[in-house]
Amino acid sequence: MQKLSEAQAKEYWRRNRSLMIRLMAIWFIVSFGFGILGVDLLNTVQVGGYKLGFWFAQQGSIFVFIGLIFYYVVAMARLDREFGVEED
Amino acid sequence: MDLATTTYIVVGFTFLIYIGIAIAARAGDTREFYVAGGGVHPIANGMATAADWMSAASFISMAGLIGISYNGYGGSVFLMGWTGGYVILAMLLAPYLRKYGKFTVPEFIGDRYYSDTARVVAVICLILCSVTYVIGQMKGIGVAFSRFLETDYETGLYTGMVIVFFYAVLGGMKGITYTQIAQYVVLILAYTIPAIFISLQLTGNPIPQLGLGSTLVGSDTFLLDKLDQVLAETGFKEYTTSVRLSQVNMFAYTASLMIGTAGLPHVIIRFFTVPKVRDARKSAGWALIFIAILYTTAPAVAAMARLNIMQTIEPAPGQNLVIDQRPQWFKTWEQTGLLAIEDKNGDGRLQYVADPERNELVKLDNDILVLANPEIARLPNWIIALVAAGGLAAALSTAAGLLLAISSAISHDLLKSTFYPTISEQMELNASRGAMALAVFGAGYLGLNPPGFAAGTVALAFGLAAASIFPALMMGIFSSRVTREGAVAGMVVGLGVTLFYVFQHKGIMFVADWRFLPGMSPNWFFGIEPNAFGCIGAAINFAVAIGVTAMTREPPERVRNLVQEIRIPAGMTGAASHH
Repeated sequence: MQKLSEAQAKEYWRRNRSLMIRLMAIWFIVSFGFGILGVDLLNTVQVGGYKLGFWFAQQGSIFVFIGLIFYYVVAMARLDREFGVEED
Repeated sequence: MDLATTTYIVVGFTFLIYIGIAIAARAGDTREFYVAGGGVHPIANGMATAADWMSAASFISMAGLIGISYNGYGGSVFLMGWTGGYVILAMLLAPYLRKYGKFTVPEFIGDRYYSDTARVVAVICLILCSVTYVIGQMKGIGVAFSRFLETDYETGLYTGMVIVFFYAVLGGMKGITYTQIAQYVVLILAYTIPAIFISLQLTGNPIPQLGLGSTLVGSDTFLLDKLDQVLAETGFKEYTTSVRLSQVNMFAYTASLMIGTAGLPHVIIRFFTVPKVRDARKSAGWALIFIAILYTTAPAVAAMARLNIMQTIEPAPGQNLVIDQRPQWFKTWEQTGLLAIEDKNGDGRLQYVADPERNELVKLDNDILVLANPEIARLPNWIIALVAAGGLAAALSTAAGLLLAISSAISHDLLKSTFYPTISEQMELNASRGAMALAVFGAGYLGLNPPGFAAGTVALAFGLAAASIFPALMMGIFSSRVTREGAVAGMVVGLGVTLFYVFQHKGIMFVADWRFLPGMSPNWFFGIEPNAFGCIGAAINFAVAIGVTAMTREPPERVRNLVQEIRIPAGMTGAASHH
């Protein structure tokens, strides 16, 4: 297993952090944004029997959360390989 | 076969499974006792985490909280709050704490903040939030027994204690992990099967998540529109839009539950049991999938059961249920006190309306939505028995996880790391078993003598975890600058402010007579209710820690190296290699 130089370690952390920030932004938008702050606006849209804002608050945000975590898992596995810090 | 016999058989069978697993999965050393040997598969750990996480409150009370108390949309705070925390865990905490590779949460805080004081403060925070949480579980065990098995509350609690004692003391984390997996299977079947039947009956769609958005059988009206309509006719607020107090309060409530979830030690330590950093990330995702199966079903159960109740009482406007002809399940649950009716206007019929003066369904406990669901839907006895076993599985699995967090904090962080560093491996294992036994009896005692606050405690646990542990962990990972003085001050002030706000509203230790500052109007801080205050406590914790850090000497070199090291997955050598 190779050891990262300080610059490489910094770069790895920077890329990880920017990925986190993007994903946490989506996390915030679907729950606090769609589910709470913008719920009235989204409720004007009807999808099947659901008002869209209500759907995000009670179902949709949870599905997005799962997607976010697994996207992070895959993206980080790629990043780990790129920097040679994967654990196999 | 009558219901009681069926229930005894089903519940007894699940208990036999738990005990069998306990005997097969005994812990041989401290590594097995604290982190199940560190070799748990990420999917298995995800399942165990889901059972660990979903408590009696999630299983028994949540659907009713959403469907009755919070009148629909307002209950979304629980759905988003108790799931969104896993995104935080997966990205911001779990992988780094796993990389650090030790046994407990206070251990990380003690090392990262190079201070025994920080470690002891973390132990105190951990014990406060875990003990308040475990009381609720003990109560849940007693209640589930007394309702379904017609024993008294004490007998139920003692039986639960014996079962937990058996597999937690013998098996430690190893035994707990495998029983939690079995408990997950029991509780998820118990939750989804009645939901599928109810969804089929009302909408013809077997998937509750889709049924909630479908039309009612034999009509073109959507279920949610119908529910909004019948609630409007009886004077209630609209189901799909009624907010909990205010938008600000809902925001704070959701945020508090999210960061509280991420800061609960018994959830975090589950991520110490997987082999790799990558597994910790993956495992959080699997945990959320297993949790989401219940959490996306719950809102369907909430709306469907509420509609069922409304329509049983008033099938068509003005055609109210004749009280003498009420269904059997009414009578059954009246005996338990969860349901009470009073014919106020003496017309012999039942009115369920929002106006408290005219409402004749004078008691409708939240728990009834889940507990009585199978009877309302006329499902067979074995499903009712399964719901009993599911409720017990939810309470037992969470109680065991909490007890492990408490006992490992005592035997590992207080004894081994702080007061008696020369203790041998075997002695530490014995000590952790002793601490576990003490914790079981302590929790049982508090379950038998609830100092009047069992109901308020679970929500308080989240507030405390959010305000004390979460910020310390996050700053420990994301900053190499925050000092021990900063972290300790942040935890103490965050915890103190949160306790102050909660106790100011509800009385010290939830004793109503010990309220203080009675001149303040309720929810005086921007209309935020006490249960939603954890995120404010957390913000104060962050602010204090950063402020104090600016005034104190920066951490030593080795701490900065530690922070650099936990950020990179490779170079890990497995839990407890430092011993």
